[in-house]
Parts: sequence; structure tokens; C-alpha cells
Amino acid sequence: MAAPRASLRLVAPVWNGGTSGIRGLSRAVDPEGSPRKGRTLLRFLADRFYDVEAVREYLLQKQVLKVLQKNRSFTYIKERYGPYVAGAYFILKQGGAVKFQDKEWMRPNGRGLSGELWKLREVPVEAVDASGCAINYQGLDNLLALKELQSLSLQCCPHVDDWCLSRLHQLANSLRELSLAGCPRISERGLACLHHLQNLRRLDISDLPAVSNPGLTQILVEEMLPNCEVLGADWAQGLKLGPEEQTRDTASSPIPA
Amino acid sequence: MLRRALRLGLGPGLLGRGLGTHREGSTLGKAEGSGGYRGSGVFPVSSHVTFRTRGPGPRWEDSGSLGAGAWDGKVSEIKKKIQSILPGGAWSPLCDTSHLPPEHSDVVIVGGGVLGLSVAYWLKRLEKQQGAIRVLVVERDHTYSQASTVLSVGGIRQQFSLPENIQLSLFSVEFLRNINEYLAVVDDPPLDLQFNPSGYLFLASEEGATIMENNVKVQRQEGAKVCLMSPEQLQKKFPWINTEGVALASYGLENEGWFDPWCLLQGLRRKVQSMGVLFCHGEVTRFVSSSNHMETTSGEKVTLRRIHEVHVKVDRSQEYQPVECAIVVIAAGAWSGQIAELAGIGKGPPGTLQGTRLPVEPRKRYVYLWHCPQGPGLEAPLVADPSGAYFRREGLGNNYLGGYSPTEEEEPDPGNLEVDHDFFQEKVWPHLARRVPAFETLKVRRAWAGYYDYNTFDQNGVVGPHPLVVNMYFATGFSGHGLQQAPAVGRAVAEVMLEGRFQTIDLSPFLFSRFYLGEKAQEHCII
Repeated sequence: MAAPRASLRLVAPVWNGGTSGIRGLSRAVDPEGSPRKGRTLLRFLADRFYDVEAVREYLLQKQVLKVLQKNRSFTYIKERYGPYVAGAYFILKQGGAVKFQDKEWMRPNGRGLSGELWKLREVPVEAVDASGCAINYQGLDNLLALKELQSLSLQCCPHVDDWCLSRLHQLANSLRELSLAGCPRISERGLACLHHLQNLRRLDISDLPAVSNPGLTQILVEEMLPNCEVLGADWAQGLKLGPEEQTRDTASSPIPA
Repeated sequence: MLRRALRLGLGPGLLGRGLGTHREGSTLGKAEGSGGYRGSGVFPVSSHVTFRTRGPGPRWEDSGSLGAGAWDGKVSEIKKKIQSILPGGAWSPLCDTSHLPPEHSDVVIVGGGVLGLSVAYWLKRLEKQQGAIRVLVVERDHTYSQASTVLSVGGIRQQFSLPENIQLSLFSVEFLRNINEYLAVVDDPPLDLQFNPSGYLFLASEEGATIMENNVKVQRQEGAKVCLMSPEQLQKKFPWINTEGVALASYGLENEGWFDPWCLLQGLRRKVQSMGVLFCHGEVTRFVSSSNHMETTSGEKVTLRRIHEVHVKVDRSQEYQPVECAIVVIAAGAWSGQIAELAGIGKGPPGTLQGTRLPVEPRKRYVYLWHCPQGPGLEAPLVADPSGAYFRREGLGNNYLGGYSPTEEEEPDPGNLEVDHDFFQEKVWPHLARRVPAFETLKVRRAWAGYYDYNTFDQNGVVGPHPLVVNMYFATGFSGHGLQQAPAVGRAVAEVMLEGRFQTIDLSPFLFSRFYLGEKAQEHCII
């Protein structure tokens, strides 16, 4: 899933300066903004009519509310069936997969959740695969209650950002494997707070578009977590050939006159 | 009849066309230059400017005797002028007044930094009906070259000793986390605050250890996620720290870190403009107020004042505009003390409520950026030494930012923002090098200075109304932790203005009256 589901869909083309201020908004622009032609008409109308502006704001609010609704906490299930079942239910509802200890992976099948989920009250959850789910900061509450979680995969989750990573320290005792590949909002600042996870043995930070310097970040994360195998960008990515290698290259391939 | 109408109209607040920008100290009547005032009582569409002359009574005598032929000429003149003003006509004002603020505004906020903009945002957000309140933000320097907001290190923490400060910080961090829901403007890209959730690490020596433990207890009660560490745990977690002299450390696990204050400022500005707040580039030079002598129930005499107008002077010019307002909010940061003096706060016999000044003054603080190739890695939080020196990581290239708050005797002169590099050599570096041995070899790359809006009374903010000047509110004096509490303080001040009392967070310990009553709300964890 290359293009992330942007939360602010009614986003204009790239902001091109024009602010009153020395530095402008160039640093404040999120990498998600992409130009769309049809938006110019809507923008034109919204600038001139209050009702169009109100409708657009309402649609924007609705999108935000949709994500919030998906991330609500299931207190009834938590009280009745315990935190493990509540967490599993949350993940399955979002479209992810759950693996209980000594059991097989459970995925949501089309007809609804399997009945045996409700019997697993005492069985801890071992692994969660939440790839592509719309989990955000609030929804992470459900995951953080799974105190024996060993493997967590948050690949390509569009709403997982640096703030969410700062909460993962609560799983420091048990988490062995973490995958953050492809999340559009995670940057090196969020990766800095992964140092709490001292039991981590496998970390996947490949393909993070918001990280400014992937090669350098990889090196720094490896230094931060010495016992962990960090998969990510090749450290040589972004390096240029040195002057000696460059002249050698040009010497070997004769340039036609 | 003409003269009567004119005299009735020649008072404050008259909307009329013509010149009439105010030159300070000039008593020249504008009648000669106006050109448009000798008609009948037809007043064209309002302009920004009040036409005002003082005592030109005799000058209007000649215009009273208008003959018939002159009257026709006048009528055609007026018609031409009306046509030029109506849409489609060529409106060529004799004097362009677009740079001046409006003549009336419900709320005038003095100061356009993060606190002022936050108050404006919450006022517009909490008003009962859209467009109900007209807000004007007056900012002297729209490049923000000396503003504390943009020169700040940008940290946010919950490790305070007062519960109110912790609550303010908790709400502000929630605001920053959901900034794209709060400050969303349709068609504008979302904001990226560049928040580093790395936390704050406070180190305490033997004497400070008990205070730190008590503080952490209060912090945990309010909901902050802080953990206490012994020197051994500290050494294991951060091997680059030298734990000599450290008895206890408190480390913020979540919701603490640092961010880009410029981005927050621009985001607030953008949102606040989209909500209809007016901005003015000018300086407040005068307050015009009226007094009311009253008696309390016990028979004491009290003088209540109410501000009617704020005179806003345009930059590099003598022009000023009197803005009639209902409420004034002082959020001028380091210069709030001066603005309060302009409003007459503190003019009275010392020891009385009238004689109590706003004890906010500018204090200069230096921030140094250095490079240290062997320095702490990605996990480094913002470390605050027991001596008062602090540093944090900046970026990925082994650069660090830090500083040190000088003692009262060593306070630098706040007249300018020049940096003293010797201060780093003598005061900051020894503490840093002692705490982090890798910092013995470092090279200072850049440095700058900024102001703290320092509250000399108890280093905590002043929030809420003034007891005597009934329509003045404060949101200033935070002494270095204003940026991190700005969203919550803005909401509190807006609540007091709209509802009359604090609703979500009770900031009664931060009211102005504490300066008179002598009740200090002392904050112990100040960097």
C-alpha cells in the first residue's frame, strides 16, 4: 500500500510560501500534501461562500471522527472478558490478525469473528499483526494492555506517528519484534524513544518516508539498541562516490570525443 | 441647523470621510484639507478613520451661509464622491488607511506571540455564536525577531511542583498531539511540529532528593508518567552520564520532549486569521481610561478603572489610531511590565493594591549550539543538571543545544540580545563537562539570546483579571515555561473572559491579587 490514506483528504496542493515570516512554512509542511486539480474549484467556492466552507469543514470533521470511532475503547468487553480478549477484538475489528499463545493466527473472516475468541480469557496474546490498520494514539490503549506481547507489526499504518512510539515503552518487558516499515508519519524523532525496548531483538524500520536521513538514522538506531538486529535502509544509501573512485570510473570508460 | 448637526457629530466615534490620521502633538484642525465636510448631513460609507478636530467651532461659521448656486455645486460634488466610493467607481482615498487598525474592537490583545495568539484562538473557539467577538491582535514586530516564542528551546515537560502547572502542561501536550484537529484549516497542509518525545531527565543532588520525590508524587497524582531512577539505574540506561553527585533522577517517559515553536506560532496565526481575528502591526502607546470611585461594603474607598481606548502607533511613523475596545489582554511577554505601567498599574502609594506593579521584567538567557562528535546518541533526553545547566540533542549530526540560568548577581543586561561567549566558557561548559565527560571536547557552532518574561515575585505566570482595572486581563510572566503552557493558558483566559471564572483548570493561584496579598505560588522546578 504505497499511498497512505491521508487523514485530511481535503488537503490543497503543496503550500508554496507566501507567509509573513522570515522562514515561511517550508518546514511545517507535512510530506502528505499532494496536488489535486479538482480541489481548485472547491477552494474557490469555499473562499467565497460560507455554506461551502461549512460543508467542507463538516466533511473534514467527519473523517476525523471516523478514525476516532474506530479507535474507541471496548470497556465492556474488557471488563467481561479481560484485556487480552478486548485487545484481540480491537485488532480483529480493524482488520488485523492476532496470535494467542500456543494457538494459530486468527484473522477476521468475512462472516464475523470466530466464536472461540470469547473462550480465550486467560490466554495471553503473543503476536499482533496490525498492518494497514487505522490505529492511532487512543487505539494503542488496547494494545498496551497486552503485557506479554512479543511481536508487533505496525506496517503501513497511516495514523501511527512519533507520539504513538513514545507509548511503546509500556511493552518493554516482553516485546521482541517490532516492525514499522512503511508508516508515513514516523520520523527519526519517534525512533529515538525506542531505546526503552531493551528486549527488542528485531526491528524493521525500512521505507519510512518521513525520516530525513535513512542511512544515518539506521546507524544511530543500531548504536542505541546494541542487542537488536535493525532492518532498514542500507547504510550506504545516500552516500556519493568519493573523488578517487570517480576519476577511476571516468578513466575506465572512455568518453567518445 | 447645519452647524448644530456638525457640532453634535463632532465627538468621539464619528464616522466620517476625509483625512484625519492623528499626528501626535499636532493641534492643527483638518478642516482645510478635508474637502468633503461641507455638505449636508450625508455621511458616506465608513472609513477606518475618525475625523476629529478639537475646538474648531468658529471655523464653521462661514460654511453656514451657502447661497443657492453654491448649493448646486455642492450637491454635484457629493454625488461624484458617492459614485466614486460605490463599487465600480474609482476609489481614490485622499489618504490610505489600510495600515491602521480598525476603530473599534471588542477585545484588544497586546502581543502577538504564542500566548496572545492562543488567547485569540480560544476566544474565537469558545464564543457562543460565530463572529460574535471581534478580536484585534497588536504585534509590534511581525518578524518576531525578539519574541521569546521563537527564540526558545521549545521544550515541554510535566515535571513541575505545582499541580496547576502540571495540568496546564498536560492539556498543552494533548493540544500539540492533536494539533491538526485543533488548528485545521481547510485546504492548508497539516502541521508538522517536529516533536521529539525524548523526555526530560532531572538530576538531583542529596539536598534536592526529597523535594524531587515529593514533586514526582504530585506529578503522578495529576497523571504525568514519570519514573524515578537511582544512580545505578541511571548509569545503566545512559552510560554517557557521570553520576557523581547525583542522588536521584526523575525521567519523563511520555508526553515530554521538545518541538518547533515557530511551527506552532505559524499554525496558530494561520488558524486564527481564518477564524476572523484581525492583526495589526503597531505598538501600544497609550491607554485611555475612566475611573469610578466606589466604596466597599466595609467603607473602604476603591477606585475602579475601565479602559476605553488603546492608542496603537504605527511602526516608524507618528501616526496612531485610537481603538475603542471592551477588553484588553496583556500578553506582551518580556515587555508586559512596561505595558502595564502605561495602563497605570502600579501608580499609587506602595503597599496598596493600586500601588502594586506587575512584576514582570525581561531577563536575557543565552542558548548555545555546539557540536560534539562523541556525544550522547539518539536516546538523549533533555538533561537538567542540579547546578541548573541543561542541554538536549538537536538533529542527527551530534549537535546539542543548551544553556544555564545565571544567578541573580550574574544576570546579564537585558538591553540587547548580544551573546556573551565567555559566559559559556566560564559558567556553562564546566557543568556540562562534569556531567557528560564526552563534552570536554566540543565546539560551539552558534549561539543566540532570548528573553524570559521573568516574574520576579515567584517565577510563575500571571493569569486572569486585574482587581482594579476591571477590563484588563493578563496572560504573561511565565518565566521560561510560557511556550509549553500557552494552549492551556489561552483557554483559561478565554474562559475567564467569557464565563467569568476558570472552568477546566483552576488557575486562581496565578491571579494578579497574589502580588498584593503576598501569597507566592512558588515553582521549584525551574530551568
